[in-house]
Amino acid sequence: MGVGITVEHLNAFYGKTQALFDVNVTVLANHATALIGPSGCGKTTFIRCLNRLHETIPEARVEGTVRIGDLSVYNGTSATQLRRRVGMVFQKPNPFPTMSIYDNVAAGLKLNGFSNRKQLDEVVEKSLNNAALWDEVKDSLHKQSGAGLSGGQQQRLCIARALAVQPEVLLMDEPCSALDPISTGKIEELIFQLKEQYTIVIVTHNMQQAARVAEFTGFFLLGKMIEFGKTEKIFTNPSDKRTEDYVTGRFG
Amino acid sequence: MSDTNSNPAAVSISHISVPPISLRRRLMDHAMTGVAALTVIAVLVPLFAIFAYLVYKGIGSINLAFLTQTPKPVGEAGGGMANAIAGSMVILAIASLLGVPLGIGAGIFLSEYGRNRYGDIVRFISDVLNGVPSIVIGIVAYGLVVLPQKHFSALAGGVALAIMMIPTIARTTEQMLLLVPQAIREAAYGLGVSRWRTTLSITLRTATSGVITGVMLAFARVAGETAPLLFTAFGNQYWNWKTDQPTAALSLQIFTYAISPFDEWHRQAWAGALVLIVLIVAAVAAVRIAVKHGTLAGA
Repeated sequence: MGVGITVEHLNAFYGKTQALFDVNVTVLANHATALIGPSGCGKTTFIRCLNRLHETIPEARVEGTVRIGDLSVYNGTSATQLRRRVGMVFQKPNPFPTMSIYDNVAAGLKLNGFSNRKQLDEVVEKSLNNAALWDEVKDSLHKQSGAGLSGGQQQRLCIARALAVQPEVLLMDEPCSALDPISTGKIEELIFQLKEQYTIVIVTHNMQQAARVAEFTGFFLLGKMIEFGKTEKIFTNPSDKRTEDYVTGRFG
Repeated sequence: MSDTNSNPAAVSISHISVPPISLRRRLMDHAMTGVAALTVIAVLVPLFAIFAYLVYKGIGSINLAFLTQTPKPVGEAGGGMANAIAGSMVILAIASLLGVPLGIGAGIFLSEYGRNRYGDIVRFISDVLNGVPSIVIGIVAYGLVVLPQKHFSALAGGVALAIMMIPTIARTTEQMLLLVPQAIREAAYGLGVSRWRTTLSITLRTATSGVITGVMLAFARVAGETAPLLFTAFGNQYWNWKTDQPTAALSLQIFTYAISPFDEWHRQAWAGALVLIVLIVAAVAAVRIAVKHGTLAGA
């Protein structure tokens, strides 16, 4: 089951450049939350702070508190422990090129020392099913490299890979930006089903997509979260003038 | 050359009209293709010339005795280099056992943890070490291994060759790891895989074929080295399987026979050189095939 996320006074930096300014937000469990805003406004930085990928960049640092379920992200939790509970799907599909489809999905468990073959088989099948990819790849699980799939299949493979470690939260960083409309449709359908079991935070440049998949939407501008609320409200009756300008296409 | 290039008539794509390609540009194109072909030939000719000459001079002396017997005393006909072939294999095995893990380890450090001043120092030292004459490295191994042990040995020869392998392997490993996209590492981090595990199981594995190319380059380079073995492995006229005793090596045997005044030994030196080259090519090809065999469709 998914868990909620609470973010308080989050500031993020790249060296001397500040990328996020005092972000406060509460994300509800088992819902999809979309983050929108123009390029470079800090959406990606924000979700990378949630699973502590931000700090893997040299000289990057974070201030503030983040709680995911009962975990205090920046206080007393190891980054690897945290990331096992917070999965991530990246903008560009990034399957492990030297691994078979099966090994790609099993990677998270295998590399963390899990080796029960029978259970791995079950997890791989279940994850690929959940990512709506099983039927397309079940005959070449061990024969084909993950990098040999089409772009849309690769992205669903990456979703399956993230689901296999059974996270509570799934972060998606523009998961459809490199995909055609059909693959995009499949992944949006997937998000709809997945939010029954996971808390989903999705960054998107496509406002229709945000409106289609997410109950809540946050609008970022220049590193600040300008407005956060129910998706309908953000798109139909925003409180802030800047949000209104953005969603109506007057800038950004 | 594509159709548009070879067609001198103007090509019109809707309203844009592309002028015909000038004679000068087409001549230049042919000239450059010719130059490229010539450089390929210039590189390949010496390679094939050496190999052909080795076969011509050496093949006549290669027989069962050459591959199974030890050298005969001066004046006696026959004999072979079996002990030198085996000795070379032992010394190269020791060199690889020491040099490959250290070289790859250093490469991992440089790529994953060495993007700083300390890494720059290691990088500089490694490049200097790459330029040190092999005879000097032989002296180092003499001081490190031969003097304390008080006799020449296969181990000393292996250490000398390992020292020569390390910088090549380290720098190529570094370059190959840097080619692995950061996104691949992040994918592993995102699954809760620790950094060292990501480096070994994901980054290094993704770069495997490039790293192996570096290892094979280093291996092929030291396999023919003679100078570092002169006062480390030293050479041996008899069979020896002990790694702490003087050991024969093909390159040493070739050197000794080539500078001798006997025609029979000269012929055997040619045969030895041919065997050495064939063994190196076989080793490199075997590793390539093994790696290719483990590669998946679409990778």
